[in-house]
Amino acid sequence: MIVELTVNGEPRVATVPGSVSLLTVLRDELALPGSKNACEQGECGSCSVLFDGELVCACLVMAADCDGSDVVTVEGIGTDEHLHPVQQAMLDAGAVQCGFCTPGFVVAAARLIETNPTPDAGDIREALAGNVCRCTGYGAILRALESLAKGAS
Amino acid sequence: MEIVRPTTLDDALAARDALPGADLLAGGTDLMVEVNFHHREPEHVIALRRVSEIAGWEGRRIGAGVTWTRMEKGPLRALAQLSRTVGSPQIRNAGTIGGNIGTASPAGDGLPYLAALDAEIEVASAGRGVRRLRWDEFLVGVKQTALRPDEIIIAAILPEVMPVAEEFAKVGVRNAMVISTVSACVMRMPDSTWRIALGSVAPTVIRARRAEELLGTTAAPRGSLLAEVADAVAAEVRPITDHRATEAYRRHASGVLVRRLVGRCAA
Amino acid sequence: MTGTTVKVPVRGGVGESTMRPDGIPKVTGNFAFASDLYADGMLWGATRRSPVAHGRIRRVDIGAALAMPGVVAVLTQADTAGRRTFGLEEADQPVLAAGAVRFWGEPIAVVAAHDPDTARRAAAAIGVDIEELPPLSDPEVAVEQGSVVRHIRIRRGEPDASGAVVVEGYYEVGQQDQAPLGTEAGLAIPDGEGGVDLWAVSQWLHADHEQIHLSLGVAPDQVRCHPVGVGGAFGSREDMSMHIHLCMLALRTGRPVKMVYDRAESFTGHVHRHPARMWYRHEANEDGALVKVEAKIILDGGAYASTTSAVIANAAYFAVGPYRVDNVSVDGYGARTNNPPAGAMRGFGAVQACFGHESQMDRLAARLEMDPLELRRRNALGSGDPNATTGQIIEGSLPTVRVIDELAAIPVPDPADPADVRNRPGGTGLTTDPGDIRRGIGYALSIKNLAFSEAFDDSCEASVILTPMGAEVRTAACEVGQGLAMVCQQIARTALGLNHVAVVFTDTSEIGSAGSTSASRQTQMTGGAVLKACEELRDRILTEHGGDDLTDDGVVRGGEVVATLAELCASGPIEHRVVFRHPETFSTDENGQGAPHADFAVAAHRAVVDVDPELGLVRVVRVDTAQDVGTALNPMSIRGQIEGGIMQGLGLAVMEELVLDEGRMLNANFTDYLLPTFADAPDVECRLVEEPGLWGPFGAKGVGEPPTISSTPAVVAAIRDATGLELIRAPVRPEHIVLP
Repeated sequence: MIVELTVNGEPRVATVPGSVSLLTVLRDELALPGSKNACEQGECGSCSVLFDGELVCACLVMAADCDGSDVVTVEGIGTDEHLHPVQQAMLDAGAVQCGFCTPGFVVAAARLIETNPTPDAGDIREALAGNVCRCTGYGAILRALESLAKGAS
Repeated sequence: MEIVRPTTLDDALAARDALPGADLLAGGTDLMVEVNFHHREPEHVIALRRVSEIAGWEGRRIGAGVTWTRMEKGPLRALAQLSRTVGSPQIRNAGTIGGNIGTASPAGDGLPYLAALDAEIEVASAGRGVRRLRWDEFLVGVKQTALRPDEIIIAAILPEVMPVAEEFAKVGVRNAMVISTVSACVMRMPDSTWRIALGSVAPTVIRARRAEELLGTTAAPRGSLLAEVADAVAAEVRPITDHRATEAYRRHASGVLVRRLVGRCAA
Repeated sequence: MTGTTVKVPVRGGVGESTMRPDGIPKVTGNFAFASDLYADGMLWGATRRSPVAHGRIRRVDIGAALAMPGVVAVLTQADTAGRRTFGLEEADQPVLAAGAVRFWGEPIAVVAAHDPDTARRAAAAIGVDIEELPPLSDPEVAVEQGSVVRHIRIRRGEPDASGAVVVEGYYEVGQQDQAPLGTEAGLAIPDGEGGVDLWAVSQWLHADHEQIHLSLGVAPDQVRCHPVGVGGAFGSREDMSMHIHLCMLALRTGRPVKMVYDRAESFTGHVHRHPARMWYRHEANEDGALVKVEAKIILDGGAYASTTSAVIANAAYFAVGPYRVDNVSVDGYGARTNNPPAGAMRGFGAVQACFGHESQMDRLAARLEMDPLELRRRNALGSGDPNATTGQIIEGSLPTVRVIDELAAIPVPDPADPADVRNRPGGTGLTTDPGDIRRGIGYALSIKNLAFSEAFDDSCEASVILTPMGAEVRTAACEVGQGLAMVCQQIARTALGLNHVAVVFTDTSEIGSAGSTSASRQTQMTGGAVLKACEELRDRILTEHGGDDLTDDGVVRGGEVVATLAELCASGPIEHRVVFRHPETFSTDENGQGAPHADFAVAAHRAVVDVDPELGLVRVVRVDTAQDVGTALNPMSIRGQIEGGIMQGLGLAVMEELVLDEGRMLNANFTDYLLPTFADAPDVECRLVEEPGLWGPFGAKGVGEPPTISSTPAVVAAIRDATGLELIRAPVRPEHIVLP
């Protein structure tokens, strides 16, 4: 099946095999491997993307239903040359270890900062509770976003 | 696989009529887990998120396509409370009340609310039109509903008489993104009667009728009555032991939760 | 060319919190993990696994699978050209099972096909006829029947010694999974000459390489194991998973083959932490001085040996904890059962023992009506003391008293505002009113060996190459996310005096083994090798050119540059390669006595919990720690290790457990194997206690494991403090609190 959608601002056409998820199509058909596959049941947030502006798990979006949709992946948040403030804050705070959860956190945190530029610790914990990190214990991620919030307030 | 993406209810119902075995796709948070795990391989899918007639929420009528995120910010206290506990922000942005009803999991977070309210489920088909079933007519077993193969869930219909107090709580082993081991919704109605519904403690969401009777019209139950109510709930639920919790724990926690929620709802 | 120069200290050397060299690609999504690899014309692999925990294989029929369109190869044990088994310590695990299956999920056959879906369907289409046999699933029964990988017996001092106060206890630790976010993944590419190149998740490329070429039946130089992005490890990549399978499929098909486990397969495809049953008896004098400790520890090693012999050794050698005791008796058994194999996980045997000995120390403190930290301080093991179990004299630093005192000095802040439900047990589940909450505080100490032990030849090779641009460090060590590239860069900058240092992870054909990324060892071992290589290279160059310093400008003599880096490298880059070894370790005698360990580290944790006793819900409010780190090479990175390690310890304390039913996993997914989320994360304050170690670079000690070891018993102790319950098992589940 052919699906036309917008990904990171670019019109894209994807060949969608069967009932696969948007995550599979992003990674395998559209050469955007930044979104990670770690659980395929919406329990880890590693595949977080913005889907028509809302934060969702790409593994739970049926790709065949994406015709006409607007998708933003981690590749559309910032680039190596122009990091998003959330990306820079995470680097500065030491919030990256193995990095597998990081793209999902970047997308979710960027969305959080966009909707609530000055979240407190409780807001950050709740907003990012759908993104599991196994390496950092979340402390450095919290400090990264608190520093951003402090800068914004 | 073929997918139909209707934008009107008529088109959706026509598609359902033409493809009675088709899988219904709303937020995808249940269906896609089954697809990803290869437990289900849909041949035909009817995608419902573009159907405007089920996307709205007006007063007592909550369209099947209304997401948890919307309900979390909505005016109904217990519905907002329970919506906040569903999955994660990502899940709440995608998942819908209609999906929760259709999946009919014993742990469905939205179901105790509908059960406590004696809400109705509105369904429709191209051939037979619209019908409404009370929640306990619709939810008939573990992941079993009375939905016919040509029908689609349209809305949850709340009653005209709404509670004066309503509270929800959910027990899970961690503080976010967790399937409930017990959930409960308690309401105090304008006629001073009580409503108590529980999830994850029986094949379907259930009402604790014996405990409701014990409470009668006591506006502010205390002491021994509260303890009796907790005991009655613990006796009334029909939980199982699995890897999430033991039967004994679920019974105990059911009683405790209801006792606390009754306390919070008391006048 | 010559010129004057002014000495400027290097930036990003040891002691600074520098940036990870892999940080930017990781935040932008451009970092390539094994699961992101792609090769033209590649096939996809899938694995057929045993549906039973124990059985006799009557027949494996690959006909239907092979006949499926898109299927290129289906391999069984008969296709193993070389050694049909593998294993880190004992090659007892079949590459592919034949004859018998010994655990649920054991690989029986592998498939290569044009796409992942076809490969999966083909694997499912393989006919497997198994006569199911009763599984041996109880490790105690296994020990009774003599089904034991290793029994370690420790006898020290007087067996008849006795103290005025006796406490006994039985304890259990459930099975924890490493649950790295990245599942197992790899890509094998045949070289067209009978050899193969492999990029697959690993903690130890050379150990993979050795086992792979033996099983493929090819010469060692025909297999090259390459470094690749690893999405976390925590022990789960020390044993191989798909590695031999991928190489077999690539050689058979002549095409690149990729495989990625899904989460459920990941749970069955790697080893887990050993579940434990432990019996303890402590005797002490009225003043709290320990007189005698007796313990029996059974770890369930599952169906195959993996690293069980080393894990049970650790559990036994650290059965007492960081305390002085003269009379010790320990029997440790690594049982062999039909449960999924257990092997390495962060803390490696010390985790289980620590839950036992720290639970005992709290019982003893309660019996003596003594402050729990005071009891620990009174018995603290220090440098120069003999380890209570082996009698090994602790030669390096061991600041046990300091970690206790530093921990005690961290203030306990007021409880977070209980008006915010997110700060309560149950959180937004709204289960708990402020009046339902009981607060508890608990403490625990741990000791862990660093690097490999028991006479293992723990060698580590590294190379440094001087180029006109600066220096390049080359190693086959595995960066699994912990930050090794960063620390090697820091060490090289400081040791060479050069700012421009690149770290290149290379394959097994180019350089010797760096040893495993485990046992908290790489900062000390690869870091030690890098330091040695850099120091020797610098000395070599300075001697050759009569210089007295090396800078970015070149060799300096008396403030004058006498040779630039470009001039030094006129006839090519200058390489210096070294092999580094830590001080020799030894096997213990028949009584478990001797000097099996190279170095030690201690840590202390204090947990503060809020418990809703009536519902059994726990919120871990904070976990504070003081940790012996030798010298802090990168404080921010150490903090990351400490916070992450504490979180895994917290997980084991209150939620993480693989649930088995007669060898079958009931919760091999992220809905039911619960990892702590952001909403469960406590605040952490950490104090780094710096007393330089004996032989690590600049006095550094490994820091990865200690945070995971004593955080679990500290959290459980805090729950005991809040509830008054005994709580003999980790993880503590709500029903253990409500219905003890």
